[in-house]
Amino acid sequence: MACALQFRNVTLGYDRHPAVHHLDGEVNAGALVAVVGPNGAGKSTLFKGIVGALKPLAGRIDRDGISPQDIAYLPQAAEIDRSFPINVYDLVAMGLWRRTGAFGGIGGKARAFIEQAIAAVGLTGFEDRAISTLSGGQMQRMLFARLLLQDARVIVLDEPFNAVDAKTSADLFDLVQRWHGEERTVLTAMHDIEFVRANFPETLLLAREPVAWGRTPSVLTPENLLLARRMCEAFDEHAHECVAEVVA
Amino acid sequence: MIAYDFFVAPFIEFAFMRRALAGALALALGAGPIGVFLMLRRMSLVGDAMAHAILPGAAVGFLLSGLSLFAMTAGGLIAGFVVALLTGLVARATELKEDAALATFYLLSLALGVTIVSIKGTNVDLLHVLFGNVLALDDETLLLIAANATISLVVLALIYRPLVIECVDPGFMRSVSRAGGPAHLAFLALVVITLVSGFHALGTLLAVGIMMLPAAIGRFWARDITLMITIATVSGIVSGYAGLLLSFHAGVASGPAVILVAGAFYVASLLFGRVGGLLRQLFPGRHLEA
Repeated sequence: MACALQFRNVTLGYDRHPAVHHLDGEVNAGALVAVVGPNGAGKSTLFKGIVGALKPLAGRIDRDGISPQDIAYLPQAAEIDRSFPINVYDLVAMGLWRRTGAFGGIGGKARAFIEQAIAAVGLTGFEDRAISTLSGGQMQRMLFARLLLQDARVIVLDEPFNAVDAKTSADLFDLVQRWHGEERTVLTAMHDIEFVRANFPETLLLAREPVAWGRTPSVLTPENLLLARRMCEAFDEHAHECVAEVVA
Repeated sequence: MIAYDFFVAPFIEFAFMRRALAGALALALGAGPIGVFLMLRRMSLVGDAMAHAILPGAAVGFLLSGLSLFAMTAGGLIAGFVVALLTGLVARATELKEDAALATFYLLSLALGVTIVSIKGTNVDLLHVLFGNVLALDDETLLLIAANATISLVVLALIYRPLVIECVDPGFMRSVSRAGGPAHLAFLALVVITLVSGFHALGTLLAVGIMMLPAAIGRFWARDITLMITIATVSGIVSGYAGLLLSFHAGVASGPAVILVAGAFYVASLLFGRVGGLLRQLFPGRHLEA
């Protein structure tokens, strides 16, 4: 099976301090992977590396020939200016950027796509609402509609179900499963261990270093989870240069 | 006929009034959309600071060749671009907060500019530089203002989509394209050329007025950026026309009159605006069915 993503001894971090250390492995095309770990485990950092927002301090991330801009990415705290005077329809339409670019028109076919995406997240009727009037859950639904339009082969979701109610997260997870069914590669950072056990075939347990990666039941064992918690110690201001790095 | 004498005749009878009107209209056309984006990017005060940053450059031009359009424009443009680029780069590359850096910077620029003008010029020159003179626009200045407005509108049309996305969701823009940064820099360049136009017509202290007041007016009437830009531009145009009339009939300085009229519209919008106006907040009316 082809790999959508390959990590080769990847170290990612800020100011030379690694937040993700020596990650090796690959994500098969079409895989649905949960990325689990305590706060500060490096989940968001890993995702920033995948979408090219953060350059690895060492090692390589291979994306099977696609550019980082072709990966759809939903960050944990989207930097959206909610007071900006724009409506739901126009914001969702941004998802067509890859096809329209800065100048391409949005014709009848594109409009149909936009309306379908809005319907798929259950926001029909909200098209003309200003984004400042949306609730947290509606906001997340709108961002999923935009992801739908991005039509990406690889989709990276950073804790997409935090701070939304059960109904919303169930609806949105249906979309994640639909993407999985369409053989898109989906990586999702998750906190809810039970939910991961029930719904994700594959899990990466991260605690700044990969603790375990593979089929979910074999990864989410009590021993591994305990180990992950212990490994996530504080950010060491006075860390020495990594020995493995020096030797290499 | 009284209405005609009051509203139309000044512009028919006096060439300087026609020029002033043409200048004010061109200025408002370019400044309306730019002002709206400045406001939405929370850069209203940045615009103000940049208007002052133009002054030392224009003043050096004045020092070298008197009240020459070309020298003052070139000096102002160079100074403005230097500041715009430095601001953009500093804000993007460092953790430094834009407002503090700019506040010190624009006070220095203003002091430097006024000092340079006072070395050679008279108080009349100083007034010209600080408050402009929309009633004394010559052909070249008028052309410059019109050309700047044209460039502004065309370039804004070209960068409109990336600029809007960059404003609403910079993270998304970064994740799909690298166009966000260039669009932001191009926008800052438009701010500078529009400020140079405003500088000639309204002077360095009031140039920002014709950008920010219409934008603030638009904010009180529209929830959608297209409508907001339209309202801002129209209110800028109306302020220009009404301000010139006020200046003509009441014999007051023309630049401040234009800004005062815009200010009156602003206060009215603040009170009666449909979107977040004060009266609307105090008396929202009965709520609708759920």
